Amino acid sequence: MTEENHNSSRDTSASTVNLQRKRGLQPTRGLSQRLRQPSPTEQNAEEGDKPADSATVTLRDAWKPPVEQEPEGSRSSSPGGDDAFAGGSLGEPDEAAHREGLLPVGVQLQNRYKILGVIGIGGMGAVYKAQDLRFPGVMRLCAVKEMICTASDPEVRQIIVRNFEREASILATLSHPAIPQVYDYFTEGSRSYLVLEFIHGKDLEARVTEAEGFFSEAQVVDWAVQLCEVLTYLHNHKPRPIIFRDLKPSNIMLDDHGRIRLVDFGIAKLFQSGEKGTMIGTEGYSPPEQYRGIAEPRGDLYALGATMHHLLSKQDPRLEPPFSFKERPIHKTNPTVSREAVEVIDKALEYDINRRWGSAEELRRGLLSVTSARGLASGRGEATSVLTDDILKPIWRFACEDEIRGSVTVTGDLVLVPSYDHNVYALDIDEGKFVWKYPSEGGVVASPCVADGMAVFGSTDRVVYSVDLNTGQLVWTASTKGRIFSSAYAHLGHFFVGSDDGNLYAIHSLTGRKAWTYASEGEIRSRPLIQDTLVLFSCQVGLVYALTLDRELRWRFRARRGILASPVTHEGLVYIGSLDWNLYALDSRSGWSAWKYRTGGAVVSTAAIADDLVFFGSADGHIYALDVADGRLVWRYQTGGQVTGSATIYNGALYIGSVDGALYSLDAQSGSLRWRYQTDGAITGAAQAVDGVVYFGSSDHYVYAIPA
Amino acid sequence: MGLVDRLRGLLRGGVKADAVPGVVDVPEAPDDLASGAVPSRAVTSSAHSGAFDVGWMTDTGLVRDHNEDSLLVFSGQQDGDRPVPAFGIFMLADGMGGHRDGEAASSLALRVCAGQVISQVYLPTLNGGDRAANQPALADIVRDAVAHANRCVAQSYPGSGSTLTYGMLLGTRLFIGHVGDSRAYLLREGDSPKLLTQDHSFVGRLVEMGQLTLAEAAVHPQRNVLYRAIGQPEDLEVDVATCLLRSGDRLLFCSDGLWNMVDEASIWAIVDQGGSPQEICGRLVGAANDAGGYDNVTVILVDLHLE
Repeated sequence: MTEENHNSSRDTSASTVNLQRKRGLQPTRGLSQRLRQPSPTEQNAEEGDKPADSATVTLRDAWKPPVEQEPEGSRSSSPGGDDAFAGGSLGEPDEAAHREGLLPVGVQLQNRYKILGVIGIGGMGAVYKAQDLRFPGVMRLCAVKEMICTASDPEVRQIIVRNFEREASILATLSHPAIPQVYDYFTEGSRSYLVLEFIHGKDLEARVTEAEGFFSEAQVVDWAVQLCEVLTYLHNHKPRPIIFRDLKPSNIMLDDHGRIRLVDFGIAKLFQSGEKGTMIGTEGYSPPEQYRGIAEPRGDLYALGATMHHLLSKQDPRLEPPFSFKERPIHKTNPTVSREAVEVIDKALEYDINRRWGSAEELRRGLLSVTSARGLASGRGEATSVLTDDILKPIWRFACEDEIRGSVTVTGDLVLVPSYDHNVYALDIDEGKFVWKYPSEGGVVASPCVADGMAVFGSTDRVVYSVDLNTGQLVWTASTKGRIFSSAYAHLGHFFVGSDDGNLYAIHSLTGRKAWTYASEGEIRSRPLIQDTLVLFSCQVGLVYALTLDRELRWRFRARRGILASPVTHEGLVYIGSLDWNLYALDSRSGWSAWKYRTGGAVVSTAAIADDLVFFGSADGHIYALDVADGRLVWRYQTGGQVTGSATIYNGALYIGSVDGALYSLDAQSGSLRWRYQTDGAITGAAQAVDGVVYFGSSDHYVYAIPA
Repeated sequence: MGLVDRLRGLLRGGVKADAVPGVVDVPEAPDDLASGAVPSRAVTSSAHSGAFDVGWMTDTGLVRDHNEDSLLVFSGQQDGDRPVPAFGIFMLADGMGGHRDGEAASSLALRVCAGQVISQVYLPTLNGGDRAANQPALADIVRDAVAHANRCVAQSYPGSGSTLTYGMLLGTRLFIGHVGDSRAYLLREGDSPKLLTQDHSFVGRLVEMGQLTLAEAAVHPQRNVLYRAIGQPEDLEVDVATCLLRSGDRLLFCSDGLWNMVDEASIWAIVDQGGSPQEICGRLVGAANDAGGYDNVTVILVDLHLE
């Protein structure tokens, strides 16, 4: 612990030497120190910058404890009992004995504290679990912190020991339920010891590492409120405020009663004064002004904000670029966190100290005003603004005679509906009234393609039909040798459509004559796409083709399994899902996958792209949003069934159906649920949204129009 | 030739004379689209001089006695009837470490990284065939090659380190792989130069945030600290980015010996003076030395002439 006056000297350390648990929960990132060859300007600036012989200094390398072999006989077997240890579980005794300089199990300090094991190892020494032998007959446990002073100059040693004693004395005067009690301190040779209350429980770093999902917002807010209370106590300490300076999950214990306890007050800092120039590790939680040598109470608020960010987002700041919280908003990984909570945390994380909360008490009040804090025990439910189907009423619905498996097409004042009852229906967009229908001789899955006043669609009767949009009269037909599930794509006076006969057809839109045919290796069930003079399509054997307009093969990409999804392009990348569970982003020029993202199930869903995100569903039941450029997961949302429906974006919202029968509307940026609308059948096609209304079909035979 | 004309020409039945696998001509299709004689295959340009020109230079500077920077440039360009997409590697590494380990580390990092990229991207491209899902994605290849270099350097020269920044061009797409504080810039006509990399420099980040002045940073005890670099004993996180390039774009790769010595405005002024990429590189290195030449300096400049 440090009083403020001690901090007025420039603090050059990036972090305190913190405890490193024996079992590697702490992902310490090594820093590389560039050892430049000295240059004239730099040499003048150097003072304590001593050249290390290693460019990379890690926590463990930075400080090497003196080798002190303990007598063999002093080792005893590991202690009994099944206590939880502060900061993690006890290492194997053999492992501990191999560590140089560690006190072996069984050693007694001051004839009073019997070492039972190592709790943690830090740069300046270890923390041990010990038994206080003054209380015979009971197992009174304590934590013994060790500081090893390696300075050779006796005067320096004396200063360090004196500082240590003064710090221990201050700590001894503190009285707060969240601060462990100090029982004792003493010095033996080069080692000084502080005896503290032993806390049963786990620290928050262990908790966040072990937790499968996210902590609830209410839980984290509750912890933060408790931390604000102890910080308020420290910051109001007389005669001078005490700044903790090293708040982070590994220094926060959660005891068996769910109460927060602050551990590892920064005594180790005192010993660092002579170690200028040794880089130990970027802390990740420390405020930027600390690197200018400024330590003041609001720095602890920043560290608390950083800790909350880590706990809520589950992104360890030590593994991210320094000071990058703003670039990594919490809701990107955890969309369940409320906007209010994010605002409170963001204000604690302001780089400019004067824009932060003014005091821990202010921050505490801010936290308590967050909705989730009001019913702390009850936890959080769904977002409050979610509309359910009780509220959402369809504007109209229309019953076909069989399932609607494909996507509807909205054009002008008509909604065109492909149905497995063999018909394509044209409905009035405003009221869903029947306008006309065209009966084919097989089920229609393909979404009608509209161009030149015609609706063009294939049927499982193997024929491509062109029907006049106004009258529903047949204009032309083109026959293929296989059933047709592929939707057509219109481009420059031609319709491009695939068939189960394996051919891709280019059909002249005015005559229905085939301009050309290209034979692929499998059934073509997806919609082709023409982009930058490339004809892109996929077939059932898992091949994606890129042809020039004169049918010259540019490239093929072979997925591990079949492809039912249709290609979508954006900025030179072709996005397509496969039954091999991946979504691929293929470079349209070379066919190489620029990246791929593996889901937990087949990807049948055709993707949609908006605002640098690509959206799609997977048979694993999730709806995904990935970064278009690198395929990083931005959010995902779990539905109640496989998501084979294709994605649609409209006004910042994503619409996608699931086999669970619901159409989901999610906020595209955050993935939070806007509403869901339940039908009585699987939704496997895409929705289409026009003028504030979203239209879609369901396997329950109905076409729905509901407010977007 | 306009797209419409080209398409019309191409869509005419039976237009392709030579047999192409997978192509089935439909003889009955009448020539009802033709509005004139349209050649069946477009000739996009009469003369090709390559998809890119590249210049490079590395220099010890005026103060140091050896050069710990390394660079590697690879140009894979084919012309002819059906060329594979142009391929290029533009890579530099700025080493650090005692004795002569800095240059050994930067050199090894380059060779290992480039070798892996060439074998996993360029050789399969030359060999042709389908691209397939069992090949790693390009972003993963670009990333893994750096990770591989990191492991090799950590093993061969423990205690040393290096930055590593490179561009891999395939066709019109650029990938950037990056750790450390060397930089890559995209210079595009009409746009201000765009930094494609982020310096993994601790003090640099504090300056960016306005927490330190440049003067403070220059004497800050942690000024030489990189929070990511080759040679890290743990898993190294590598920045990978991709973008589409256009004809006329320029790429500048440089070590901190350039951007620490010469401010960006002066760098762009020098580039804008024109000349071949090699001439420009020479002038940039000259400017770094004129400013004191306190550090090794390395620059690579690429001029793109994409279709």
